[in-house]
Amino acid sequence: MTIDITRRTFLQQSSLVIGVTLLSNSFELCNVSFVRAGSELTFKPHAFLEIAKDDSIIIWMGQTNLGQGTHTGIPMIIADELDAAWKNIGVKMALAAEPFKDPLWHVQLTGGSTSIRHRWDMLRQVGATARQMLVEAAAEKWGVSAEKCTAKESKVFHPDGRSFSYGELVETAGKRKIPENSQLKDAGKYKIIGTSKQRLDIPDKVKGKTVYGIDFTLPEMCIAVVARPIAYGASPQSYNEQAAMAVKGVVKVVPIDDKIAVCAETTYAAMQGRDALNIKWSEGSHPDLNDEYLDALFVKHLEQPGAVGKESGDAEEAFAQAHKTVEESYKLPYISHAQVEPINCTAHVEKERCRLWVPTQGQTVAQMTASKITGLPPEKVEVMTTFAGGGFGLRGEPDPVVDSVILSQALGRPVKVIWSREDDFANDYFRPGSQCRIKAGLDKEGRVVAWIHKVAAPSVMSRVMPQYVEDGIDPDAISGIRDMPYSIPNQLVNYVMLQGVPIPVGWWRSVGYSVNVFTVESFIDELAHKSGKDPLQFRLEHMEKGSRPYKLLSLLAEKGAWNSPVTQGRARGVALTFCFESIVAHIAEVSVDNRGKIAVHKVICAVDCGTAVYPDAIKAQAEAGVVMGLSLAFHEEVHFDNGGVKTANYDEYPVLTMSEVPEIEVHIASNNLKAGGIGEPVLPSVAPAVSNAVFKATGVRLRELPFKTELLVSG
Amino acid sequence: MISLHVNGEVSKVDVDPDTPLLWVLRDNLGITSVKYTCGIAECGICTVLLDGEAVRSCSITVEEVVGSKILTIEGIADDHPVKIAWIEKQVPQCGYCQPGVMLQTVDFLSRVPDPSGEQINEALDDVICRCGSHPRMKQAIKLAAGMTSTAGVKS
Ligand code: FES
Ligand code: FES
Repeated sequence: MTIDITRRTFLQQSSLVIGVTLLSNSFELCNVSFVRAGSELTFKPHAFLEIAKDDSIIIWMGQTNLGQGTHTGIPMIIADELDAAWKNIGVKMALAAEPFKDPLWHVQLTGGSTSIRHRWDMLRQVGATARQMLVEAAAEKWGVSAEKCTAKESKVFHPDGRSFSYGELVETAGKRKIPENSQLKDAGKYKIIGTSKQRLDIPDKVKGKTVYGIDFTLPEMCIAVVARPIAYGASPQSYNEQAAMAVKGVVKVVPIDDKIAVCAETTYAAMQGRDALNIKWSEGSHPDLNDEYLDALFVKHLEQPGAVGKESGDAEEAFAQAHKTVEESYKLPYISHAQVEPINCTAHVEKERCRLWVPTQGQTVAQMTASKITGLPPEKVEVMTTFAGGGFGLRGEPDPVVDSVILSQALGRPVKVIWSREDDFANDYFRPGSQCRIKAGLDKEGRVVAWIHKVAAPSVMSRVMPQYVEDGIDPDAISGIRDMPYSIPNQLVNYVMLQGVPIPVGWWRSVGYSVNVFTVESFIDELAHKSGKDPLQFRLEHMEKGSRPYKLLSLLAEKGAWNSPVTQGRARGVALTFCFESIVAHIAEVSVDNRGKIAVHKVICAVDCGTAVYPDAIKAQAEAGVVMGLSLAFHEEVHFDNGGVKTANYDEYPVLTMSEVPEIEVHIASNNLKAGGIGEPVLPSVAPAVSNAVFKATGVRLRELPFKTELLVSG
Repeated sequence: MISLHVNGEVSKVDVDPDTPLLWVLRDNLGITSVKYTCGIAECGICTVLLDGEAVRSCSITVEEVVGSKILTIEGIADDHPVKIAWIEKQVPQCGYCQPGVMLQTVDFLSRVPDPSGEQINEALDDVICRCGSHPRMKQAIKLAAGMTSTAGVKS
């Protein structure tokens, strides 16, 4: 019955639907207009693009909307190749499905600044193919050759000026095979790519209509909060279930391993119920763990030789022979994601299926996690990705999926698990802390001849993708060092994997680069100073002339008026990042008063991310990168005590606020190269640009994050 | 039963009088544009207007607001200068913080209609936007201040 109705609906308003099949090394487009006809009432699109009879065009998204702009940027790419009228474009979030997996990594996720850079060819091909099919359909109707017809603004034009709208062609086009000869546009022909559309998700966000995971609700749904160990490895020794149950609205108390969940009709009842549990926890596995203990542990690890992550030439020998040498240590803390929407997930487990509504950055992981717990095959687990209130990497973790699925099973009802802010800080998978020692040698001309860099840090990859950790090297832990954009003949990079701490670490915006770009860009500045050269010029001298980083840094020098005098009392610093196929550089303009207070007046940012698909979104990300980068520089640090996380809420983890946000100028280098990443590359060089400027202003080098400004007190 | 006056409508809710307003709005009245983030009055993301004044709904009980007019972002007209400016300047990223920040701005501009940059910094210094939309917030506040509106609030 249902199917009949659907088919009838379909027959009345058939569409052209283009899907994608991922192959091991490539992808294939398919015409799934027919499949659409037979699908159930709730259409589960395995498709990127759907054009309906009324000319409306839906672009199905598999990427999470974290506010980064891809829910407009991706449609822009498809719409441009499709020659669609922008006003016809609509965007919908698809259920997790094969075609939305990353074509290179074969998992569905939003991370690594991959949304566009890993789909650059695919997205354009989807649009171009549909356009070609529509053109051919029109040509067929008119009995002319397709080459004679042109497409523009959602219409196909006959040479004599007649036209069909796309909607009028979908039925004919839907019967055609995927053409082999669809042509991608030359960059010069782009009409939508490179323009700044209004972001499609913004009006609802301004009206308060956007539904984030935490807002999602279902009839009969319970809300659960879960008491989690207050120290690593601790477990509940006793708790008062009765007291929790006595709270009005509490439905059930459910122990899950070393956690205790309280399920209730409302969030507040669940939270009160949890407080009422009055749990006595065991001491945990690392009762001595605190900030000092950790610091000493890093120092101890840094004494070890470590595994060789990169070796070129003979660095020790070149260092021994060098004309001048410099040796320094750097230190960075563990930091939290502190995304504003707390972690949450809603699950409804039924006999034949499991449904999840979750602001996840890792759809495949969520799906597999629920499949494993329920015993249902993955295709019976529907993952609907909600809007997410920030993520920065944390939302790839499946913890809330685990709890909500188990609880939905236990209660036979839909359950939404919500973390409190305190849960969020205590259970984060932190950006690892790191300490390093760098020594380098300069020759008589002031060129760097040796760079020896040893890092002691915990490994993210050992937990999340151990298959990439070889011979003791986590490539992420030394990213930004092993691939620094400077050519130095003799390099040695060592890595000591921090052992013996239970603190879980995970992906955090720009990952290893957020750590190592600070140390590399600070140290290269130290070397420039030692050699008596201008730091920007010094960097250029260590890059291939005419290369992309060289050009970008030159552009920044010009836009930031590097060679003209700075306002009285201020100083400038520069730093550069090359990661995720994009290059970003910053100039910071600062002043420092005699109490050691740093004022950042202005930050100038230059970006080369290949084809600038959506310039205003690039600009927004670049501004955001400056804000978050300064936040790291000045404030962010997670503290540990008594074997667990001490930092509990934003009052103990301040982030940058309005009065600290400087004037920000963004310059986008224009070129026609493959689109690179943007969400992450905009961050790492902010902090070192500031500390380099502080050095210029005061002669004091800040080698630790967040900045220890007491070092700057001078009067 | 407690009577609440929200966005021009009166609703009755059966809750403990010391329940934070935030949870009553979200769970009992289904007004989820009012967001939970810190729960301790640190972030401003749960802000509502109470008789025109910005308050943090996580840190005020439902009992304390009886008899007051509560406005959430839905209660601000779509052609209010703050909403227009927020779209015009493309402020939100994830958007989660924005309803609260916009409401704090509505209150601020009603008291300081033509603020300097410094006044904006000071008035919005106690809100958190983890996405870093601050530069655009500043521009939007200036733009909104420059607009004259007859629209105001709905109720
Ligand atoms: S949730 Fe109320 S101020 Fe943060
Ligand atoms: S827009 Fe995401 S926290 Fe403000």
